[in-house]
Amino acid sequence: MISNRLKLTAAIALVAATAPGLEAQTVAITGGKVYPVSGPPIENGTVVITDGRITAVGANVAVPAGAQRIDATGKIVTPGFVNSATQLGVQEVAAVGDTRDASARGKDEIAAAFTVWEGLNPNSVLLAPARKAGITSFVVMPTGGLVAGQAALVDVVPGTTTDMIIRAPVAMIAEVGDPQSAGVNARGELIVKLRELLEDTKYFQAHRDAFDRAQTRPFAASRLDLQAMIPVVEGRLPLVVNVDKEADIDAAMRLARDYNIKLIIGGGAEAWMMADKLAAARIPVLTGAMNNIPSGFATLGQRQENAALLRKAGVQVALIGNAGGGDEEAFNVRNLKQEAGNAVAYGMSWDDALRAVTLAPAEVFGVADRVGSLQAGREGNVVVWSGDPFEFTTRAERVFVRGREYHDTTRQDLLVDRYKNLPASHNLPGAH
Amino acid sequence: MRALHCLLLLGATACASAASQSTTAPSPARDSAHVDAERGALSVPNADPFPSTYKPFPSRTTVIRNVNLLTAAGPMIRNGAILLQDGKIAAVGATVNAPADALVIDGGGKYVTPGIIDDHSHLGVYAAPGVNALSDGNEATNPVTPQVWAEHSVWPQDPQFPRNLAGGVTTLQVLPGSANLIGGRSVVLKVVPGRTVQEMKFPGAKYGLKMACGENPKRVYGNRGGPQTRMGNVAGYRAAWIRAQDYRRKWDKWNADHKGDPPTRDLGLETLAEVLRGNILVHNHCYRADEMAQMIDIAHEFGYKVRSFHHAVEAYKIADLLAKEGIAASVWADWGSFKMEALDAVRANMALINHAGARVIVHSDDPSGSQRLNQEAAKGMEAGAEIGLPVSEDEAIKWLTINPAWALDLDDKIGSLETGKNADVVLWTGDPFSVYSKPEKVWIDGALLYDRLDPSEQWRTDFELGFVPLTGTNR
Repeated sequence: MISNRLKLTAAIALVAATAPGLEAQTVAITGGKVYPVSGPPIENGTVVITDGRITAVGANVAVPAGAQRIDATGKIVTPGFVNSATQLGVQEVAAVGDTRDASARGKDEIAAAFTVWEGLNPNSVLLAPARKAGITSFVVMPTGGLVAGQAALVDVVPGTTTDMIIRAPVAMIAEVGDPQSAGVNARGELIVKLRELLEDTKYFQAHRDAFDRAQTRPFAASRLDLQAMIPVVEGRLPLVVNVDKEADIDAAMRLARDYNIKLIIGGGAEAWMMADKLAAARIPVLTGAMNNIPSGFATLGQRQENAALLRKAGVQVALIGNAGGGDEEAFNVRNLKQEAGNAVAYGMSWDDALRAVTLAPAEVFGVADRVGSLQAGREGNVVVWSGDPFEFTTRAERVFVRGREYHDTTRQDLLVDRYKNLPASHNLPGAH
Repeated sequence: MRALHCLLLLGATACASAASQSTTAPSPARDSAHVDAERGALSVPNADPFPSTYKPFPSRTTVIRNVNLLTAAGPMIRNGAILLQDGKIAAVGATVNAPADALVIDGGGKYVTPGIIDDHSHLGVYAAPGVNALSDGNEATNPVTPQVWAEHSVWPQDPQFPRNLAGGVTTLQVLPGSANLIGGRSVVLKVVPGRTVQEMKFPGAKYGLKMACGENPKRVYGNRGGPQTRMGNVAGYRAAWIRAQDYRRKWDKWNADHKGDPPTRDLGLETLAEVLRGNILVHNHCYRADEMAQMIDIAHEFGYKVRSFHHAVEAYKIADLLAKEGIAASVWADWGSFKMEALDAVRANMALINHAGARVIVHSDDPSGSQRLNQEAAKGMEAGAEIGLPVSEDEAIKWLTINPAWALDLDDKIGSLETGKNADVVLWTGDPFSVYSKPEKVWIDGALLYDRLDPSEQWRTDFELGFVPLTGTNR
């Protein structure tokens, strides 16, 4: 009885560190096949984490005295996976409005000032299943409208949102696929509206004083939205444009050229049709490998080889879920590994697929100095897998985030415990 | 949100009342009554007014050898062989006697399984591209619409069909959506090219009846006449079955004695009466355990059986009850959390249902998921292993084949690699439960209908011509 209650308490926190209270500690993961991603794989490698950060990675690394040793013989060691586009933490139950915080009302479909992470729920029950599946970081992304708002990259650690943030913002998000949802009638008009916003941002930036004296013409967006767009037109903050159709991708690329915007293509169903141009312009693509359905007239060319064809052309590709059962819904962020496996099945090299769920997203979002690879100085986000990380039979056996190990008991685990032996065990007082 | 796609509605039709479906059959002469009955002119059992015109595609005698056969009818046969002849499985075993003229395929250690069966599909009724003009899955004009038949919405040129075939799916049950308490008849299709839906219909397959519990009907009708609550839902089912009992009684009497004018026909009640006669199988969309238990009571009250609960994310909570009642659970591996009634989804659902002795079916309700049902089963296997209930490949293959075949009452024809069964067969590039494996070749009734190695031979729907770039091209 008591042990059950304790178990429940621990589970509600959804965290159980192996060595609670030991803030300063050293962990050495030894004997595994280590994939640093930033360098070639290392047989029988060692990864040392000290005080939350990786301090050494290699074949001939001495294990520091007093280190906790983790034997990874016969296992695979990778950086924690990074999911590059999800509503995890800002959407608990999709059909319940109260739990949806990923879409701002904005003004006239523009919500550039919207900082989605302000609504992130660090107690979301969906975080633990993601971490349990080896996902240690994710980009929480706003959706909807023409300019959806700003995204942040966070680690899956307990505490507050402030504790979780690695970097915020990492990108501005725009949706260029659907004129209706942008409040216009035609694709060209949508681009005009975006162009107007960029023009106004530049004007606002150059005439700030006049604006404050109310001596400027009316703008297409509010003061805070224009303010938020300044880093985008200065090329400091990337603009993720969610767009599928070849012609729309082309239009987004023209816009990016005209305004010196650091462009990232999101979704990109037909991106493979212009892979060479994307590669030449060094524009990364966030896409999946599990959809091949011409689900609309903007996605007629959608195919599972998209990610592989882009990579083959030299495009930086980060994998996101984009199909049924994928990870775009907060609940199934854990299926990122399935996306990677399917990318391999449809032509991507295994190494590139691993890169597409680790270092590639870290580079795309400008945090490669913090996460996405195993090398000295990076956060101690490390996963020991029982085998090939992309296979269904493989488990994330040991998961470290910022050097701390997590053995998550998820809400699902609690339900299974309760119903594994029917009729059910409800832990009622006096029940045996 | 895509999980809610079967609820996509056309606002323009909101609140339109269903047109009267009643007609009075002409008084037939005795001699023609039988023919008229089969054509559906009378409200009699097993009427078939839209008969299948399916003809198997040309096939040649084929031997696939040097393969691992997951038969769904016993332990895996390693390095075995299978003979496809005249559309049937003529032999399967460690070795088979190949006729001299047989095409011999060396499987090189790859895997062979029965064709996959998805018992929850909306292909054709929610076709791609997903525009309003092709949104034909929910007759959301009334919460009780047993008069509608999914086959009358199926667009045979839906480009999702060939993609499903490439995913190893050979038989589909296409259902109406889940907006309605009683949504209409399903249709069982072979995943084959056809100019008409009749050319795709599985000959002799029974119809199914789609019913739906819980959130969807009350959300759709809550502000337009109801039901607005779960208790309203239950009252709606019961009222419909009461009318169906009355209708059945009248027609059974008339069909027996042919005294006087036949009763007035009613298309909806005709379908429900067929359920009560056991000729149509009930497929009930239902997430929560408590609601499934109530639906079982309703079935007992009116004397019909639920064949399978669909979605059934809480089936693991009442797996013992499902086993006792002989009801299958058609489930996803890991969809959940997208609405309140999906909140308690667990990945171990399949393994727990299996462990309790009930039938597990891996279903999709999704045109992408349907292409990778093998991967969904693999997730379910792994979840079982994690809680100490490992599931063998021999068992898991049944979730994809013979169990859904049973749910469609076609397990005597399809769903396993056994002599005499239809030659619906998939050759995989590797172990079908690996993320890296894909169907390489797919046969239906012995005819090779998909070959991954030969794009020029792959089925392209009319819609795709010109619109969808060919695989393997740059444009």
